[in-house]
Amino acid sequence: MPLLELKDLTVSYDRIEAVRGISLTVEDGELVTLIGANGAGKTTTMRAISGIRPVARGSVWFDGQDITRMKAHERVTAGIVQAPEGRGVFPGMTVVENLEMGSYSRTFKTKAEHDSTVERVFDLFPRLLERRSQVGGTLSGGEQQMLAIGRALMARPRLLLLDEPSMGLAPLVIQQIFRIITEINKEGTTILLVEQNAQQALSRSDRAYILETGEVTTSGKGKDLLADPAVKQAYLGVA
Amino acid sequence: MSTDSTRPALQLSFSDKLRLWWDALARPTQWAVGVPFIILIALLPIIKPPLLTTVGTDFGSVLAQFGMFALLAIGLNVVVGQAGLLDLGYVGFYAIGAYTVALVTSPVSPWNLTDDWLAQDWAWLFAVPVAIAFTAVSGLILGTPTLRLRGDYLAIVTLGFGEIVRLLADNLTNITRGGQGLTQVAYPVVGVSEERPNGIFSAGNTIAPLNSGTWWFWLSIVLIIVVLLIVGNLERSRVGRAWVAIREDEDAAEIMGVPTFKFKLWAFIIGASIGGLSGALYAGQVQFVVPGSFNVINSMLFLCAVVLGGQGNKLGVILGAFIIVYLPNFFLGRTELLGIPINGDDIADYKYLFFGIALVVLMIFRPQGLIPARQKLLAYGRPIYVATRKAALALSRKPAVETKGGAR
Repeated sequence: MPLLELKDLTVSYDRIEAVRGISLTVEDGELVTLIGANGAGKTTTMRAISGIRPVARGSVWFDGQDITRMKAHERVTAGIVQAPEGRGVFPGMTVVENLEMGSYSRTFKTKAEHDSTVERVFDLFPRLLERRSQVGGTLSGGEQQMLAIGRALMARPRLLLLDEPSMGLAPLVIQQIFRIITEINKEGTTILLVEQNAQQALSRSDRAYILETGEVTTSGKGKDLLADPAVKQAYLGVA
Repeated sequence: MSTDSTRPALQLSFSDKLRLWWDALARPTQWAVGVPFIILIALLPIIKPPLLTTVGTDFGSVLAQFGMFALLAIGLNVVVGQAGLLDLGYVGFYAIGAYTVALVTSPVSPWNLTDDWLAQDWAWLFAVPVAIAFTAVSGLILGTPTLRLRGDYLAIVTLGFGEIVRLLADNLTNITRGGQGLTQVAYPVVGVSEERPNGIFSAGNTIAPLNSGTWWFWLSIVLIIVVLLIVGNLERSRVGRAWVAIREDEDAAEIMGVPTFKFKLWAFIIGASIGGLSGALYAGQVQFVVPGSFNVINSMLFLCAVVLGGQGNKLGVILGAFIIVYLPNFFLGRTELLGIPINGDDIADYKYLFFGIALVVLMIFRPQGLIPARQKLLAYGRPIYVATRKAALALSRKPAVETKGGAR
């Protein structure tokens, strides 16, 4: 049984269908990527999974349970946590306060459990430790992205949704973020990643889906897609 | 490894320094500073400081009005400052609170209870919780459909609500008597004596300095402290953290697991009931309720107090309320200021113009208000500090960990 399954999912904004009947699965422990051009419906799909955007048709299944009508905040408790596109860091809260908000839905049994979670995040992102008392709005883009991921980790997600973590970042920072994403995945957190940076995303993911104008056109192993001539031409800029 | 650990030292504003100084004090010291300060404020109508005292109107009554405004500002601050919901119809709750008290206790109201089983002496005290409950329910009724809207749309709908309440009061003539108003509203009858046959809270008590205004001011101080304690505790709880998150980014709050709709509704209900309490005070003090007192311009004044003082800062909005109430009254009836002849009545008449200019100037130079908010969200404040310290120490011992994150 897959951890996440989308069955024939359609999401629309008024009469425009941004996502048209896509189906995909994410198995437990996998790192799956959704790539596509602007307007392909990647972010809309993410928002439907996290529950911010209502589903028009089809269903979302998580851990064998139909969560299509479940409220967004309840999905967090169930284990689906998103680091939103554009980072969604609380601008007036400090780094530490942002992380605290990440664990809003989670109750720590002991203080030690809480402390070790925070330490783990700072371990992954030492930069956040340096910036711990700085407010979110004054962080650089890369730092905000780290904070968004770190904050999502505070909730101990079973499925981590990452929406374009590389958006607007310098190549070196992108590499660093991707390294950490791989590390989080290796430690057992299932990840669904939305990306435009196909090279990095495909080379690091187990499987990938390619989304075009709201439909899945290709899917397969990340490495295979990387070698696929059509994908190469469309997303990697190689003729 | 950190390239810019030599950042410029943090520039602290005056309010930050004041806050730091206050936070650093021990609890008993805070009480030792705070209590005399409150007592000093409370004694103002008796001390009557020379320049501060109003000349055109009774100082005690001005301060009583300030007390009610301060309550309103604290209530509106929960909605606007804490949860970030722009409510332009807050006067509606104020009106509902006042009208509830009036309808229950005025002899000319069709729902008057003071004839049958409610003693006139205790009617006001009975009516206050009823008014609070009523406004809370009206907050729920207004909030449930409208809080799905955001930003400007919510503002427009609440603006409409404020007008609807006033128009209902104006037009349901067989209940509210419309423009004629409800007279002889009950007030707490205590402290009856020879000179004060109707008690200290009666509008008939005009023996200065302990006239009715002063007593209402003191009652409002007590209520403000109680409300501040309740609201302050809420702010420091999970509820307060949820409000701040909603204010900063509603979608992000939702995907952090905050039930945003529920908490927005709670902010609305709590804000509404505080507004209702203030309305009940108003009805008791003035003993007369007419629709004209609840014009939409009042909503703007309340909001002005909150924005002027500093959204999200409880002391700030109290200061804002003071400015809004006190300044026009300060000029009223004044013919000279520091030796310069002025026409104070004219200046007071133009109060909306001056508040408008003040707001524009403030938005340019100090958009967070006179006393800006700096929320402390950390329910786990100390543990976090310890944890970060530990991690920092670990880092300095293991340089390898540092280089891992050192892509630049």
